[in-house]
Amino acid sequence: MDVRAGEVVVLLGPSGSGKTTFLRCINQLETIDGGRIWVDGDLMGYDDRSGTLHRLRDKHIAAQRRDIGMCFQRFNLFPHKTVLENVVEAPMQVKGVKKKEATAKALELLEQVGLADKPSAYPAQLSGGQQQRVAIARALAMDPKLMLFDEPTSALDPELVGEVLKVMRDLAKGGMTMIVVTHEMGFAREVADRVVFMDAGVVVEEGPPSEVIGNPKHARTRAFLARMRQEEQAHAEAVVATVTGAAQALADAPTDPSGDPQA
Amino acid sequence: MVLGVGLGVVLAVMRLSDNPVLRGVAFVYTWFFRAIPRYVLLVLIGVGVGFLYSSLSIGLPFGEQLARAIGIDPATFTFFTLDWNAFSTTIWAGILGLGLSEAAYMAEIARAGILSVDRGQAEAAQALGMPPGKTMRRIVLPQAMRVIVPPTGNETIAMVKDTSLLIAIPIINELFFQAYNFGQRGFKILPGLVAATLWYLIICSILMVGQSYLERYFGRGFGPVPKKAKQELTKIGADH
Repeated sequence: MDVRAGEVVVLLGPSGSGKTTFLRCINQLETIDGGRIWVDGDLMGYDDRSGTLHRLRDKHIAAQRRDIGMCFQRFNLFPHKTVLENVVEAPMQVKGVKKKEATAKALELLEQVGLADKPSAYPAQLSGGQQQRVAIARALAMDPKLMLFDEPTSALDPELVGEVLKVMRDLAKGGMTMIVVTHEMGFAREVADRVVFMDAGVVVEEGPPSEVIGNPKHARTRAFLARMRQEEQAHAEAVVATVTGAAQALADAPTDPSGDPQA
Repeated sequence: MVLGVGLGVVLAVMRLSDNPVLRGVAFVYTWFFRAIPRYVLLVLIGVGVGFLYSSLSIGLPFGEQLARAIGIDPATFTFFTLDWNAFSTTIWAGILGLGLSEAAYMAEIARAGILSVDRGQAEAAQALGMPPGKTMRRIVLPQAMRVIVPPTGNETIAMVKDTSLLIAIPIINELFFQAYNFGQRGFKILPGLVAATLWYLIICSILMVGQSYLERYFGRGFGPVPKKAKQELTKIGADH
């Protein structure tokens, strides 16, 4: 599988199909049992000495990871640091950027993700959507060539998903190379250049979203998509039910002209 | 105590390392020093070791033999000599004994603290390209401190009280021995003991205040919002 620079690839598949593991292999958070991964021409995590692979030293692996940003399902912001400290931490500690420069850049990035007003807040004071956007800014602060998103919206309340997807959409428009694991079909259809469907650790089908999502060839893809559609529909119906229920409750409420039930 | 905490944290990191040699050394250390009663250890340092070796020298291996062989002063390759019998009655011997023993307990406390930090934290730092050492120092340990500080407060206070064991070395300018002796000299035994009690109370109270400050510092970002941050936040809110 190849991902070109500037391309947005969405990985789809049932849970346990290896999407997350694949992402984690790319930046060596997981050791690879077989196969090889190159990022920008570099073999990740290993040194190829005439055919035999030798695990690189931790320092080299850390250096390779610098060019790859990653966002986690559970954000993993550093809770003991403020938003601003979270964003400047890596540029200052890893790249040795001066504090002034790092701060200026961090504020710019926070502006970009719509959080310019929260630099001195601690992560625990932010909503999930805000935390994930800080996590994106934190990853971007290292000027990555590649961004990995591991189900960035699945730990969020439904009404917070939109704000994170918007940031990711803008990022894609800006030409960032992205590999995204998500269950957001709308996002995949709209933003992805290519969709890869995985099941049981192997790639079943890949192609442009209109084909894989719109007209899947494999039975497994079709079954998965049908299930997703059902869930989406059930969710939409539940929302409609709550809204009509609320409306009904309002209509049923005794209409007292004073508007105060205790009067 | 400083020796204990410092060495203890290093031991905890060693214990959790991937390297089997480091892990083994840390385990054996903890096993040995936790198994020996402090009193026995102090007697050993103060009285026991002195019987075996009257002085400790640090220099090139086989330096003395080498120097003799080529016919120069045997002490040429010895960089540092410690007269154990002179050392063993000083406060440093006491610090060494209590510190070594404390480190074994602190190692376990620090290990618990490190394990309490979510694995995602180290992964996030590594994904940003931080090398393992820096990840430990900048991300994991500061968060582990939140868990480490309260039991360390316990240990510190226990340590203050354990200084009364220093008489085993023997170090006679230790608080309890002095107070007790003072009381006996003037036939005022109870006042002497009361004085010692009061001193221990005062010292431990001061330490407890210090602990609460430490807890507040390492608890930032967790639990209730500190006042200062709240003020800043409302200020930022008002600006918008």
